[in-house]
Amino acid sequence: MNNKIENTLFQCRAINKEFGNVRANNDISINVRTSQIHALLGENGAGKSTLVKIIYGLLQPDTGSMTFSDKEYSPKSPKDARALGVGMVFQHFSLFEPLTAFENIVVGLDKELGEKELHASVITLSESYGLEVNLSSFIGDLSAGERQRVEIIRALIQKPKLLIMDEPTSVLTPFECESLFKTLKKLASEGTSILYISHKLKEIADLCDTASVLRKGAIVGEYDPKKMTPRELGEIMVGQSLFEPKRPVATNKSNKVLSVKINEVKPDTQFGVTLKNIDLAVYQSEILGIGGVAGNGQEELMQILTGEKKDRNVSIKYMDNDIEMLNPRERREIGLAFAPEERLGHAAVGNLNLLDNSLITDPKKRFQKKMGFIDFGELNAYTNEIIEKFNVKTTGVSALASSLSGGNLQKFVVGREIGQKPSLFIVNQPTWGVDALSAANIRQAIVDIANTGAAIILISQDLDEILEISNKVAFLTNGNLSIPTNTMDIKTDEIGAIMGGISD
Amino acid sequence: MDLSEINFAVLVASLIVASTPLVLAALGELIVEKSGVLNLGVEGMMIIGAVTGFIVGVETGSAYIGMMAAAMAGALLSLLFAFIILIMQANQVASGLALTIFGLGIAALMGHPYTGVKSPQISTISIPFISEIPVLGTMFFQHDLIVYLSLISVLVIWYFLNRMRAGLILRSVGEDHDVAHSLGYRVVTIRFLAITFGGAMAGVGGGYLSLVRVPQWTEGMTAGAGWIALALVVFSGWRPFRLLIGAYIFGGITILQLNLQAIGVNINIALLSMAPYLATILALVVISMSRFRGNRGAPGCLGRSFVKIT
Repeated sequence: MNNKIENTLFQCRAINKEFGNVRANNDISINVRTSQIHALLGENGAGKSTLVKIIYGLLQPDTGSMTFSDKEYSPKSPKDARALGVGMVFQHFSLFEPLTAFENIVVGLDKELGEKELHASVITLSESYGLEVNLSSFIGDLSAGERQRVEIIRALIQKPKLLIMDEPTSVLTPFECESLFKTLKKLASEGTSILYISHKLKEIADLCDTASVLRKGAIVGEYDPKKMTPRELGEIMVGQSLFEPKRPVATNKSNKVLSVKINEVKPDTQFGVTLKNIDLAVYQSEILGIGGVAGNGQEELMQILTGEKKDRNVSIKYMDNDIEMLNPRERREIGLAFAPEERLGHAAVGNLNLLDNSLITDPKKRFQKKMGFIDFGELNAYTNEIIEKFNVKTTGVSALASSLSGGNLQKFVVGREIGQKPSLFIVNQPTWGVDALSAANIRQAIVDIANTGAAIILISQDLDEILEISNKVAFLTNGNLSIPTNTMDIKTDEIGAIMGGISD
Repeated sequence: MDLSEINFAVLVASLIVASTPLVLAALGELIVEKSGVLNLGVEGMMIIGAVTGFIVGVETGSAYIGMMAAAMAGALLSLLFAFIILIMQANQVASGLALTIFGLGIAALMGHPYTGVKSPQISTISIPFISEIPVLGTMFFQHDLIVYLSLISVLVIWYFLNRMRAGLILRSVGEDHDVAHSLGYRVVTIRFLAITFGGAMAGVGGGYLSLVRVPQWTEGMTAGAGWIALALVVFSGWRPFRLLIGAYIFGGITILQLNLQAIGVNINIALLSMAPYLATILALVVISMSRFRGNRGAPGCLGRSFVKIT
């Protein structure tokens, strides 16, 4: 590698970092030039996060060196990094929910500024970069997009020369993504370099000037994303060719599996969404996709479908039986399976290992021998099968669920539910935070069980995902569900119109 | 029975004295909990403060030196707790309970020779002019230094938590230690400081009990004051001014029942002595019922161990 490249702002050379016997970063060298948006592309577990944590001073490398603005750079803590001009926006927001937006910005600063002065500079920033946010509102009440804006303002207020963005779009709606890209492009044009971490290929092609691809902890190469198709980049990233799942061929149109009618259901908390006028049906071998911007009733609908919340104003018919008064366990016993969005603490118990997590959602008592003893042989085999089939990266079946990365746990949860061979599978955000290849695998697995006769309700904010594998689509807007239409008949601009009305 | 025998101004003045140990100990615990640590050892730290303050006060003849010794003793004991939960990452609830049991035991041992000894006096400071206002002057402006300090602490702690950057950092550590760590704040150091402060405050509270309020040493003399201080923190919704009001209500009931006993009200004494504790339980139940307001102040990471992610 060249040691001197024109306009280099940040450079790292031969960075190595090991955790136990896992080599997270293997001899990594990159150059980030001034005023450029530099993508760091790689699958889950490729070492992206470790590298940026090293750059931001949260971790120290075992060996290797870095330079920043032609000076030796070895931050011992994020404070050092910020002082020298490196800012970071985290993937899982590093905001305090019970504090206000303004307080969160103050906490992120290293020196005390006068309140008025700070207020003024925050407002200037938010106006010039289109980062609108109500400073006095509590973070807990803000949407993902608004939270991210608070984080970006917090980073920008220290006037960083290098801004690290760790998977910024994974929680954003398409509209929010667009406005984020505008902000980033403006920043870059004004001289800020941006290190942009992502595994979403399309956005990298749109946004970035250079892309360094990481695979298994090592740099594969540096590419120009403008000169490549997303597919080519994706194949470099995963090191093998990608496939696209095909939507199931819905055959048994007549066999209705589930129909749901909701007149009105009030939320449990003041920040929840009221569900109104929902009428949906899903048939055998069919995937019903439910799209929409986050916070428009997805959580609430999921709770009604799983039975975590029961309400008299709901009628749910599952193969001619009224099931609205059944609890989640009873619903699982008759052939439903669920994978909620929140992986830790909802879909899986963090402090239990993978075996136990398979066991707790075993409605048909497959792993139970006489007198209530556990059939560990079966359970082991089943859990190992999930790990293998869905390529879950873990140390083994006795690893704690909380020790898995988000994407890997997601693969495990979806695999566990699909392995129950449900007649109806209801899943919320199945590929959230999962890398391209594994996401394709998960989608394929969903399509596979649909092809064997299961009905699927797929709730997702990833529009591409819904359009790719659903037979029918409907959109949630402000607690209302649009009438399900055939995916083939729907046009992209119509979707925009349905969803657009509610985003602003 | 003659209620007119109760002098209202004197009643209020003595309820303030009775409540001061609670105010001090609870304010300390408020800071500790705001940093995300639940220290159930308040009772233990108070009684260590009470016995140490008393011994040093008697030996030096100065109640003020005794009070300072009480603060140091409380802080020292809390350091033990801090070490166990922050460095060894032991369970906070179990460690706090152990601290209380340990404190009660060692205080009984230390204080044994001093049972029945008379403590040095602490003088009241009448604030010029305003202390001469009838009724109000007697109620509020003829107290000792520690009472005034406890009131100033309420103000200072409120200002610290809500108006100062350092207070904001303390709160953020308590709300989410992982995020605070990722921003580069030293979670363990900040909690160490908070716990030590809490220990010192509990110590002073205990010292006030044995040097001023009672004033003598008897075994187990805190009689649950540390637990009430803990309850007050919850009752207040982690707010200093509500904490003060809560402490005065509790102190008020204590004093009132003593007065009622003195004038011979025809209620069983056991019931009257029970009243403050019943009131505490009642207050906690009521506070827990109001789902929206009462619990909003609870720090997000309260009671959770901080494990540094590598």
